[in-house]
Amino acid sequence: MDSAKLTQLKHEAAMIRLGILDGVHAAASGHPGGSMSIADIMSYLYFAEMKVDPANPKWDGRDRFVLSKGHAAPALYATLARKGFFPFESLTTLRHVDSILQGHPDMKHIPGVDMTTGSLGQGISAAVGMALAAKVDHKDYRTYAIVGDGESEEGQVWEALMFAARHDLDNLCVVIDYNGLQIDGPIADIVNPAPYEGKLSSFGFHVITIDAHDFDQIENAFNEARAVKGKPTAIVANSVKGKGVSFMENQVKWHGSAPNDAQYEQAVAEIKAQL
Amino acid sequence: MEFKLGDKIATREAYGKTLAELGADHDFVVLDADLAEATKTCYFAKAYPNRFFDCGIAEGNMVGIAAGLAAAGKTVVASSFAMFAAGRAFEQIRNSVAYPHLNVKICATHAGITVGEDGATHQCLEDLALMRVIPGMTVINPSDAVEAAAALKYAIETDGPFYIRFGRFAMPVIHDSATYTFKPGEGETLVEGDDVTVIATGMMYKPVLEASYVLKALHNISVRVINMPTVKPLDREIIRKAARETGAIVVAEEHNIIGGLGSAVAECVSETYPCPVFRVGVKDVFGRSGKVPPLLDAYGLNPETVVEKVQAALRLKTAMKG
Repeated sequence: MDSAKLTQLKHEAAMIRLGILDGVHAAASGHPGGSMSIADIMSYLYFAEMKVDPANPKWDGRDRFVLSKGHAAPALYATLARKGFFPFESLTTLRHVDSILQGHPDMKHIPGVDMTTGSLGQGISAAVGMALAAKVDHKDYRTYAIVGDGESEEGQVWEALMFAARHDLDNLCVVIDYNGLQIDGPIADIVNPAPYEGKLSSFGFHVITIDAHDFDQIENAFNEARAVKGKPTAIVANSVKGKGVSFMENQVKWHGSAPNDAQYEQAVAEIKAQL
Repeated sequence: MEFKLGDKIATREAYGKTLAELGADHDFVVLDADLAEATKTCYFAKAYPNRFFDCGIAEGNMVGIAAGLAAAGKTVVASSFAMFAAGRAFEQIRNSVAYPHLNVKICATHAGITVGEDGATHQCLEDLALMRVIPGMTVINPSDAVEAAAALKYAIETDGPFYIRFGRFAMPVIHDSATYTFKPGEGETLVEGDDVTVIATGMMYKPVLEASYVLKALHNISVRVINMPTVKPLDREIIRKAARETGAIVVAEEHNIIGGLGSAVAECVSETYPCPVFRVGVKDVFGRSGKVPPLLDAYGLNPETVVEKVQAALRLKTAMKG
């Protein structure tokens, strides 16, 4: 990746992280940990990979994105705001009663949100449906979905993957955000859906494993996914929950709690230092 | 599709035949969950294999895929048995289809006790209740083949989420397909009457009509019979009018007496023109295996029970006057 592109993607990722912090701090609730872990991939998807048009959010030919782990909504909203779908300042209305920015993504009211999600295991099915629609209609848009590692404990995820492989949906790219933590603790201690590579491969997917915070690896993975024909691709993204904020990293408690004022100031300072 | 008056045909059969027929000039996609031969989506699958997808035994995923197809602009019909559509996939219907108000038609067959021999695990008696509490969901329970075909066409031509309930058991056609038009959200008066009103939904029109003839012939009771295909949105006007003009109502449905059309009518009557409302339905118990006619008798979904409930409603009506 050339250095100008890398600088831009890192900048957008930092801005997305600031937007996440602004949102959950203002809401005094929400899910910062799993939002931070996908920030770099969100930056790459919306600023390097996907065809979208903020001036025409419902553009028929756009690539689709489904945040199956809908609780990472702060990351999606911050990304869409940076892309120009709505003002960045509105992120502080997250979870407020008169805001469009619902606690989980709402396609009916939020420009740029392609699918309503939040109940885990369901978004991936919808993403498969979108990829199928493109095949039925002979359209060339691609569909991207991010599934949580904890989310993959839902059986519906594997039902959806089975269907996608059976129908050769090579226009579908699924990212597993493997940060290793869920609300009740490390996923390894709960029911441990990992390791993913063998499972995804035997379900008929082309599988790529990357460091979710390395833009060169992210770029190579999405390029490879686009080149693979005849089967869908899954990217196992080894990520750090809370990535970018020292006291949030790899801490279960930051799955679903918001920073207080002092923590917010410290977190913002740490992210701004990366800008 | 022509269905002749008096012919015995299951609404699932009418559904499947009509689906294949509509496929010629309507652009929609059909999903099933390994029950295409039973739900009768097999006719569409054969005619339009490129627009039919069998999702396998994974109903929640089927509904999620339906939502994604609809979010991408397709009109989608998704079928399974009522138990596995409204039951197993309830939350997917609620969160992935109805909350974003997507254009998905859940067409559920094998509803109610008339599933017969398969027994309680497959006899869904809760679907009308489950579907009518979801905001924005249109719920239709057609009576005969003609109404089933017309309701399906209406749903496919109308944007938004629908739940349509079809039965397995062959029932006589009572509507003339040459003249019939489906009126969404409206009840249909089958027999005029002044003493009491009986509202039937789904296949219950048959025992209700038989009961109305018995009540007239043996007891000189004038029964107004209303067929109510649309469970939601409810035809509150025809119910209020029946309450005001006949002063007593009996509701008959092949469903648990809790939460279905009987409950919906009682809610409406209590808020518009209070009068006795009695319910004929399965009395909060599970079904069991058996041939359909003895099952209908065992669970009181027969003319005798309708007659009994009408007489009870009339006694209360008289007592309340006194």
